[in-house]
Formats: sequence, C-alpha cells, structure tokens
Amino acid sequence: MLLIRHFEYALLDLFARGELHGTTHTCLGQEAVPVALRALLSPDDFVFSNHRGHGHYLARFDDPAGLLAEILGRVGAVSGGMGGSQHLRRGRYLSTGVQGESLPVAAGAALHVAHREPGRLACVYIGDGTWGEGAVYEALNMAALWRLPVLVVVEHNGIAQSTPTSAAMAGTIAGRAAAFGVAHHYVGTDDVPTIRQSLDEPVGRVRAGAGPLVVEFATQRIGPHSKGDDSRPPEELDRLRATDWYQRYRGPVFQRLDAEQRSRVAEVVRDVTARPPARPGTSSSLVVVEEEQWQRANA
Amino acid sequence: MAARQRVADHLNAALCAALAADDRLYVLGQDITDPYGGAFKITRGLSTRFPRQVIGTPISEGGTVGLANGLALAGNRAIVEMMFADFVTLAFDQIVNFAAKSVSMYGRRAPMPILVRCPTGGHRGYGPTHSQSLQKHFLGVPDLDVYEISPFHDYGDLLDGALASGVPSVVFEDKVLYTGWRRPPGTADDLFSYHLIGSWPGTAVARIEEAPPDCVLITPGGVAERTLTAMRELFVRYEISCELYVPARLDPMDVEPILPAAARAGQVVVVEDGTSGGTWAADLAHRLHTALWGRLSRPVRVLCAADSVVPSAAHLEREVLVQAESISTAVLEGRS
Ligand SMILES: Cc1ncc(C[n+]2csc(CCOP(=O)(O)OP(=O)(O)O)c2C)c(N)n1
Repeated sequence: MLLIRHFEYALLDLFARGELHGTTHTCLGQEAVPVALRALLSPDDFVFSNHRGHGHYLARFDDPAGLLAEILGRVGAVSGGMGGSQHLRRGRYLSTGVQGESLPVAAGAALHVAHREPGRLACVYIGDGTWGEGAVYEALNMAALWRLPVLVVVEHNGIAQSTPTSAAMAGTIAGRAAAFGVAHHYVGTDDVPTIRQSLDEPVGRVRAGAGPLVVEFATQRIGPHSKGDDSRPPEELDRLRATDWYQRYRGPVFQRLDAEQRSRVAEVVRDVTARPPARPGTSSSLVVVEEEQWQRANA
Repeated sequence: MAARQRVADHLNAALCAALAADDRLYVLGQDITDPYGGAFKITRGLSTRFPRQVIGTPISEGGTVGLANGLALAGNRAIVEMMFADFVTLAFDQIVNFAAKSVSMYGRRAPMPILVRCPTGGHRGYGPTHSQSLQKHFLGVPDLDVYEISPFHDYGDLLDGALASGVPSVVFEDKVLYTGWRRPPGTADDLFSYHLIGSWPGTAVARIEEAPPDCVLITPGGVAERTLTAMRELFVRYEISCELYVPARLDPMDVEPILPAAARAGQVVVVEDGTSGGTWAADLAHRLHTALWGRLSRPVRVLCAADSVVPSAAHLEREVLVQAESISTAVLEGRS
C-alpha cells in the first residue's frame, strides 16, 4: 500500500513539474482494494484493470519502474510507450480505457477458464460510475447464465470524474446484482487482513464454479480524478482525507516502512526519468520473456 | 465436376470443417444453435456436432463480441454471427476499440483472432433496420480487416486465413447470395470465365476470354452477381465487353493487380451497395485516379446506393439499391 501511495504522490509531483504528458488517474485512497486482493488472486487468474489501474498493476507485479516508464514514455515501458497510464498488458493482466468494455471480455476469458482451466477466474475492476454502461449488464447476464468464474471488483468511491454516484445511479449495486441472480459481497473496511478473511470463502466459491461474484468495496478517492482536476469542495476533501488509512498509522515501524517506500519510489523516479524515450516494440524485457513463456504454454 | 453447391451450404460446410480442425475455435451468436440453426441457417447442425464450441448467446451484440475478445486473449479463436449486419453497430466498441486496438496498443503485436460475420444488404424487403450495408464504417481502422464473401471465393480459405493472420476482421455476407449458387472454379457462367489473381485472399476476375475489355468494373461480392447480369446485357446488346474484379478483402485492399487492366480499358466503374458518401468505392476511385493519373481516358465512376435508408416496399427498395440496370446505364453513360 505504501509503494502505491508513494508512486501516486510521485506522479502528481511529476505532473506539477510539467513532466507528465497526457492523462493519469491516481488511486490515492483506494490502495487497500488491490492489495487485499493480491493474496486472493493467482498469476494464472486473468485481471482486467481500468483507467485507475496503477494500484492494480503494482499489487500484482511490484514493478514500479516498468509502470513509470510506461507513463513517462521511457525505455523499459510495459507497453513500449504506446499504452500510457491506462493501457497495460502483461501476461494475464490487461487494462484499457473504455468504461465497462472489459466486462464482456472478462466473461470471455472466464469462459475459456471454465472450459480449460477450472479453478481459475477472471477478475475485473470497475468503478461505481461504470454501472451506467450497458456492457456491464450484458456481461453479468451471460456470466450468471453460464456460471462463469467472473469476479467483479467494484471500487465504489462515490464519484465518477465529477458526477456523484447519487446523480448517476438509480437503486444500488447490490440490487442490480440481485436482479441477475449474482452474488454480492459488500466490503466496508480498508483493513487488509479483515478483507482477505471475509473474501476467502466467496472467492473460493467463484473458483469452484458457483458463478460470478460482485464485490463492492466502499472506498474513497482522495486525489483528483485525473492529475489536478478535483471538482469537490475543500471541506469534503478534508473530511475524506481525515479518514484516509494513511493518516491512521503512526509509530516507528510505520515510519520506517513509509520512509523505505518513499525512497524506493524516489530512486525509481531518478532512474526512469534519466532513461531515453521508448519506442513501440521495446517493451520491458521482463514482460516480453513472460509473454513468450505464456504463448508457448498456450500453443 | 463437383456437385453444384448453394452458398449457404458452402458456408456451413466451411464452418464445420474449421470447428473440426480446431477445438479452440468457437462460434457464437444469437439463435445459432439447433434446431433453429441461425436466422439464415448458416450454422445448422453445428451445435449438435460441436456442443462445447458453438454457443447460442443472448441478444447482446457488444457482449458477444466482447466474449469473443476474451476468448481470443486467452489463446482461442472465435467467430461471431451478427443476426443482421445492421446490428454490428452495437458491437462497434468491442470491434474498433478493443479487438483492433489490442493488436498494437500494448507496444507489441498481439494476435486477436476474432471474425465477425455480418449478413448484409437488401433485396429482401426487410426494411431500414435489417438491410443496410455498413462496410464503410469499418474502413481505415488500424488492425481491422474488412472482407466480403463472393460466389467466387472459397469461404474455408477465407476463415482460415483471416483467423491465422491474428488481425480481427469483419466479414460481410450479402444475404441474397446465401440461396444462390457458388460459381464453380473457372466458370462464372456460359459467357464468362473467372480466375483469382493477386496475393491472398485474392481478387476474382471474371471476363470473356476472347474479348479485350472496354470497361473494368470493380465490386464486392454481393453486387458482383448484379454486375455479371449487367455485363451480359452490355455484351449481348451493345457489344461492350467488361471485366469484373471482385476482391475478397475490401480493406486493406491490394489495388496493384487491377491497375494494368484499368489503365488499358480506360473506363473504370466501382460499384457498391453502401449509401453514397465516405465509401469504399470513393476511396478506391481516389486510389485508382492517383495511381493511373494521365492514363485514364475518363474519370473513375462510382456507383453506390442512394443517400437513403433502405425502404421496405419492393418498388421503393429497388430505387434505392444498386440494380443491374443501373450498372449497365452507368457504363453506357460513361462512354458517351
Ligand atoms: C465509455 C467511457 N466513457 C467515458 C469515459 C471517460 N471517463 C474516464 S474515467 C470516468 C469516470 C469513471 O468513474 P467510475 O467508474 O466511478 O470510476 P472512478 O474513476 O471513480 O474510479 C469517465 C467518465 C471513459 N473512459 N469511457
């Protein structure tokens, strides 16, 4: 969580210094979601991430240099500089920037898994705002109908860009899942061990063929939507920041770990910003080697 | 000589062979399973033989192409049937933003072997939402191939090649061809012979062997039948000999093999059934003008459907869509 936190701080800092081109959606405040899931997912599971995916990637790969290189378009970039912040692919991890689009794709990957690799699943991250997209419902319907192992992880941060959930969603996520006969699990905490414990059994049921599961995380976005564009009133932001997990921890162990990750990220920033520009086809060698292995296994 | 075969049976046999050859190939679509076998019966019998690979889906065009995309990402191949080509607009996002972009947007070539079959075109009285030719909306998309079947091309070869390329594709199938006959190799009919030229998937060239062409006609598969009728009339009544070029891949299209004949004939007409404006035919005409500037004796003509939705009533539909008569008229007008 601290790695993700400092990575995102570093991005906002690079943006403020004019070194960051394009768009980048930080996941400040939401770090617990992918970190909790890390222990529940295997490298053989598919993961579909979205526009706010830095935390998802870092929790899975612990590769801040590859991600930063991608965002800054430098050598060693995960997607050769072609994808930027929102379009990463590595092994069975893939992110893309069109809201809702990856739910049917996840259903397809889950269909593959159901036929060929029982016990695995396809996990797809979406925000609350993405429940406005029809693709979500087409996918939920098919996944429920065919009992596909799809794990829908909802990061419900109460806002979509500048639109509060209350202005965009009639009813509830739980109600929508229920309409399809899809199991729904609500997570109201950001305490990682508690989350893991509560999800262990429901996720196991998805793997065992019980059909899709929607896990709704109550979380909060304490940073801007993209770079510096927060439209919320300062009082509200203050209120959110006061309950941010990062504020809750104190003491020497935390201080030490925090300092470690801060300097690790600072080192990554120094390293990556000194690299030459990336060219497509020059993806990080890590990614290429993994991919070749995966394709061989699939041939 | 091989027995005559309906185009629908040819497609069915090709799908069957493809499914049998590759247990990682899926066919997805609405109402495609037995006993119904698809709105045009192209998938009849397939779900009975390949129950795991042939999947009937809900009315979810975007979701179904998304499903195909997920299967492709996981190392499979997938063919999706749209019930009518008009509905492919509902899957535009999955085709253009996901399938096509995924080939290159992760910084290295990634195969996305999916193929979307689209029964297209009018002449059936199905009306505005079930008759349109939407090919033009898929042109010029990086890493998306657009094909159209014809009675001259082998469908099995098309499926194999398109899926093996790893580039996602949209395949248009003119509905009026389904019940018609395949043209047996070599002979289009008693007047015209044909052969394939150019690189895969090839362009069919239909001509009268002894007659040097006065006019070159270029058209995709569905309209090719009407063009042949026009060519017969032009030859018999006016002694105008035409040569017909039918490419199986509309985009990206290889124009090289057409250039010598087009330059020689001087008169070139490109015909399609899409509505005019921003069309395949207009783009091709521009490429021909550019390549043959100074060698053409007259402008390349473009013949499209009218700028109209496709009406239901037969007489109104006829006025909007390209007919054999409109093709022969265009050729005659172009000569005066
Ligand atoms: C189909 C589509 N429409 C609009 C956008 C622009 N957009 C990017 S993020 C976003 C808000 C998404 O909100 P939500 O799903 O709640 O996720 P959050 O950003 O809160 O994590 C929007 C509208 C998009 N990427 N895709």
